[in-house]
Amino acid sequence: MTPTYYLLLAALLFAVGAVGVLVRRNAIVVFMCIELMLNSVNLTLVTFARVSGELDGQVMAFFVMVVAAAEVVVGLAIIMAIFRARRSASVDDTNLLKY
Amino acid sequence: MPQQFLAQGGAIPMPQIDYGAVMPVLIVLSAAAIGVLLEAFLPKHQRWSVQVTLSLAAVVGAGVALGAYLSGAPDGGVTTFKADGAVAGAIAVDAPTLFLWGTLLALGLASLLMIGDRSLEPGGAFVSQAGLQGGGLQTRERANTTGMQTEIFPLSLFALGGMMTFVAANDLLTMFIALEVLSLPLYLMCGLARRRRLLSQEAAVKYFLLGAFASAFFLYGIALLYGYAGSVKLGAIAAATAGTDRSDTLLYAGIALVVVGLLFKGSVGPFHTWTPDVYQGAPTPVTGFMAACTKVAAFGAMLRVLTVAFEPASWEWEIPLWLIAVISMAIGAILGLTQRDLKRMIAYSSIAHAGFLVVGAMTLTEDGLSATLFYLLAYGFTTLAVFGVISLVRDANGEATDLSSWAGLAKRSPLVAGVFTFLLLALAGIPLTSGFIGKFAVFSAAIDNGNAALVVIALVASAIAAFFYLRVVVLMYFSEPAPEGPAVSVPGAFTTAAITLGTVATLVLGVLPAFALDWASAGGFAP
Repeated sequence: MTPTYYLLLAALLFAVGAVGVLVRRNAIVVFMCIELMLNSVNLTLVTFARVSGELDGQVMAFFVMVVAAAEVVVGLAIIMAIFRARRSASVDDTNLLKY
Repeated sequence: MPQQFLAQGGAIPMPQIDYGAVMPVLIVLSAAAIGVLLEAFLPKHQRWSVQVTLSLAAVVGAGVALGAYLSGAPDGGVTTFKADGAVAGAIAVDAPTLFLWGTLLALGLASLLMIGDRSLEPGGAFVSQAGLQGGGLQTRERANTTGMQTEIFPLSLFALGGMMTFVAANDLLTMFIALEVLSLPLYLMCGLARRRRLLSQEAAVKYFLLGAFASAFFLYGIALLYGYAGSVKLGAIAAATAGTDRSDTLLYAGIALVVVGLLFKGSVGPFHTWTPDVYQGAPTPVTGFMAACTKVAAFGAMLRVLTVAFEPASWEWEIPLWLIAVISMAIGAILGLTQRDLKRMIAYSSIAHAGFLVVGAMTLTEDGLSATLFYLLAYGFTTLAVFGVISLVRDANGEATDLSSWAGLAKRSPLVAGVFTFLLLALAGIPLTSGFIGKFAVFSAAIDNGNAALVVIALVASAIAAFFYLRVVVLMYFSEPAPEGPAVSVPGAFTTAAITLGTVATLVLGVLPAFALDWASAGGFAP
């Protein structure tokens, strides 16, 4: 097994997520891109756990999943609140605070 | 290969836990959990008084537990949550941790007092239902007449407990969990302002999206460092750095990503973009809490990571951090000059201060550590009191944070103008205030460490920043008040106590800093 491929795939997914956060305009899609970044980290952790033969990395992936779930709860609540007020989830519309 | 994993199975042994050492954190977090239960079971009209009592008692109780532990604390600190046969545990309770816990509890107490205040705004600074939308006369009426959303108290306690774990975390996984435990409540708290709902919700969305983005970077850094060192323990990473046969790419990328995550939380330099918006949009007591406590937590964790894990690689990150410190001080000082809104101006001031703190944090000597800890203590109290005073000056629409409405304030209320002047002078670093001692300690430690050029830049930046603090002072004392200007509210006992605590601490730490400096230099990080 070559871990490099898995690591490269994870790095690619992370980059796709990061670019998505920067270019997408819908808050929900931005948030999904952040989740993609977190999951690419899980892939990295599991691959390194496999390389080193230790369980630590796999356990850490579980911690990341729990944190991601908590983040969904908080994030969707906040996005919902602003969507109800503005009827739009676009991050370009939230522009009252500037300069 | 699967057999190799299976062989590690079996019963997981109970880690060794030193309950006495972690008691303050346990008290704060269990009070937060009880607070959530109370929200579910108490009738609405009783919640405020019970929640305020519970959270203040929890913070004071945690302080007492900390004091009791301090007297018998072992030299050099302990690490707890230790697995069988492990060298170090997941939580390190050493001299810097104890100092930062004391700082966080004191600042948390003052913040909770400000959060609990109901005298300035009828019903408190927070909305009665988080789902209430902005705009519309009907909502405004409902927002003005009903009580506050008392979930704010358990949320603040969770954030405080997360911060206390964050500064004590001895491995990167614990640090990440603590980062989320402190951040998630803060995102929600930002969106709970009673007035200006849209601004408040916008601040929450911005803070949340950028904060989650930054913590994803932090996490990827952890994963790369795990691949590099085979462990996320800070000590193990330092030990792995000493060897030479590993991939430097993983190490450098890992350090960069982890440090970026921490710099974001500390609102430093080029990673500051959320700071002005969130500080302006969030309810003022929450802004004070964020400005004081989050900064202490972020820099406490950064000190530990840089000293314990990354010191052997210090020649790799010194120059980038040097640049970041300069950028942060420049952004804070120069953009602060152009601000018209007081909360935004203090936000830029906090970015400049973050730059000064980076100067201290990258000085990995004993003096550098104690100076940075002292700076955090001093800055936390001053900035908390500043936001307390900002919440006093109000007109019909709530807080009047526009700079022009503060003109001639000294004629209306000499006391408030005097206190605010003193606090601004402390932020500028004038002698006889804690700000001067903090800056002096940090800069002299940096010079001793051979960083004179950086200190010269820092001095120039503080001179520029002093201009916009003094501009407010001049405005308050030497302008005529506008006829329809804002009034200075008489604060209730809670806010008065918080402002007094912050102001007195600023004065005492400026005149008699020796005891705090002694405590800050009580010892280094546990190995």
